[in-house]
Amino acid sequence: MPLVKGGHIIADAFVRLTDDAELPAQGAILVSETRFLAGPEALAGRTSGKLGVIWPNNRDVDDLVPYLDRLALVALVFPSFRDGRAYTQARLLRERYSYRGELRATGQVLRDQFVFMLRAGFDAFDVKKQADAEAFTETVKRYSVFYQPAGDGRLSALHQRLQLRHSESAGL
Amino acid sequence: MYAYDEIDRTLVNERVAEFRDQVKRRLSGELSEDEFKMLRLQNGVYLQLHAYMYRIAIPYGTLASNQLRRLAHVARRYDRGYGHFTTRQNIQFNWIKLAELPDAMADLAEVGIQSMQTSGNNMRNVTSDQWAGVAPGEIEDPRIWAELLRQFTTLHPEFSFLPRKFKIAITASDHDRAAIKIHDIGLRLLKNEQGETGFEVLVGGGLGRSPFIAKTIKPFVHGHDILSYVEAILRVYNQYGRRDNIYKARIKILVHELGIETFAAEVEEEWQQIRDGVLKLDQGIIEDIRSRFFYPAYETLPAMPDELRQAAADPTFEAWRKNSVFAHKTQGYAIVVVSLKPIGKPPGDATADQMDALADIADKYSFGEIRVGHEQNLALPHVRKRDLPAVWKALEAIGLAIPNVNLVSDIIACPGLDYCSLANARSIPIAQEITRRFANHDTANLIGRLHINISGCINACGHHHVGHIGILGVEKNNEEFYQITIGGRADEGAELGSLIGPAVPYAEVADVVEDIVEAYLALRARPEELFVDTVKRLGVEPFRERVYATR
Repeated sequence: MPLVKGGHIIADAFVRLTDDAELPAQGAILVSETRFLAGPEALAGRTSGKLGVIWPNNRDVDDLVPYLDRLALVALVFPSFRDGRAYTQARLLRERYSYRGELRATGQVLRDQFVFMLRAGFDAFDVKKQADAEAFTETVKRYSVFYQPAGDGRLSALHQRLQLRHSESAGL
Repeated sequence: MYAYDEIDRTLVNERVAEFRDQVKRRLSGELSEDEFKMLRLQNGVYLQLHAYMYRIAIPYGTLASNQLRRLAHVARRYDRGYGHFTTRQNIQFNWIKLAELPDAMADLAEVGIQSMQTSGNNMRNVTSDQWAGVAPGEIEDPRIWAELLRQFTTLHPEFSFLPRKFKIAITASDHDRAAIKIHDIGLRLLKNEQGETGFEVLVGGGLGRSPFIAKTIKPFVHGHDILSYVEAILRVYNQYGRRDNIYKARIKILVHELGIETFAAEVEEEWQQIRDGVLKLDQGIIEDIRSRFFYPAYETLPAMPDELRQAAADPTFEAWRKNSVFAHKTQGYAIVVVSLKPIGKPPGDATADQMDALADIADKYSFGEIRVGHEQNLALPHVRKRDLPAVWKALEAIGLAIPNVNLVSDIIACPGLDYCSLANARSIPIAQEITRRFANHDTANLIGRLHINISGCINACGHHHVGHIGILGVEKNNEEFYQITIGGRADEGAELGSLIGPAVPYAEVADVVEDIVEAYLALRARPEELFVDTVKRLGVEPFRERVYATR
């Protein structure tokens, strides 16, 4: 599955480590939540190599919060297009817990979710179809106005209107 | 009327472009039907028994005449010349072609109408009192808040893939015409002791397989906080609502399983984290939205104009006026309800010609405004009383001066097995037969207010649980049977009806309804006691005895 980050298809720097695989001395690794929670200090304390965790959508992100500053990647899961729990997890990580590392959408990730995902705070996308990954840059330009304020910092329509009003009256 | 600005228009146009691309990808085979399904549902497109069905939102039930004309155009150009108004201030077209849908959507976008989130597991069209802004005694116009919520809920980045659909309704009158107690969130606008606007927030109402009346989660949430409070409810629901079983996925089940106190505590905890954040509404924002609603410049007019006094000599006019004309907050004006329940016709349908004519009538007599109510009727919200005779004549000319508002033939019904792939039984022919039985206006008047609601399956789109008489179609050994309940109501005193006896076959439903009505006429304490009050006073038993004695 192609990985899209920063608008481009890139090679994944992280190696997915199975739960019983030996811990490599260096290199970026991505582990399951089970493996992570079994020994978070040992994993986070490695001297060389970034750490990422795949976090399931039915577990509160609160459990992850103590380790956020030592995580380079959090991968959230969309088991199906219809299951939107990871949107909430993403916003909590970004907006409440100020997580600044890579936030990756994995699972059933299709073109038509990109805008929602970006707004919720995702910045990397494990895209299911090659064609969708290639259409990323075009697709995220679909919308130029947004009704709600979210973590992406874009102005909501309500605030945009007020600004327009103010600049209009300032121009008079 | 809320006037779209450049921002609203841009967003709707971008939505049309997106959907056009999605349809193109479906038609080329790039998207499977399964993948496309989620996308079309987010745009109000269902696959029904015979064709695609297209559902369009009429936010808080307010329509401008040019919008109604455009709906007529869509009915004519892309459908079979009629549309069906639903119980949630939507209109549906039943025969639309997939390849033409993007064009229909673009035509509607030009006049500020759209179909985003009229189906799918997202926040649906925000509904309100169809008399908002004109009802006497209203605290303030609830549509300002409905519009703020409409914008908040549209393409929400977090809540567009909820466990199940999510419906919000708002009322600002003592008499609840928006049925807020059968919604996922019901908002009752009120003022606190300081005279500030806020809401009693109710949660977890809904019909379907497991009906619940909504419970109060917080007695007062300040208007400035309403978006953050709604976001807190949605956030708890999105994380913890059940996704393992479609029949247990609505918020009512989560509220029921946790208990309202636990659920309220979860919401409170979440809300405390976000209440002073970006969703807080300052007065400038609220006033900006308020300023984009159109309010007519009413004239000073007499309460009883000569035209009305003279027209009273005509008994047909008087029968219509007494039934379909309601008090307005401004002296000299009236609200005219336009019944879409002609005897023997499907409830809630209007032809393209009727829509065009109504738009003309609205331009001439109602400041170009039309309202859509959850009872599947329309209303003209600002009619000068002196124009009532002329409005009556104009409505009569298009077959819509039907004096049966709130009477036994003013039936709410879902499309049923005639259109819907979920239905177990027909609804429309049952409604048609009942209206024929009670076609005599004097008889219907004698019976008084009586709401019959019919659903063709347990999903309860016809709101049968809250009908004074509720009729639910079920299937038994490949035959259509109907369960009948009495005593339900959807207003401020919302209650679920009680089963009156064993289900009856299709052919007997109208007979049973007639028997129930006869029993009521015999049992009521006095002519003014409404059907639903007699049931409340006496319970189901005396009705059961009379109706089932000979069955």
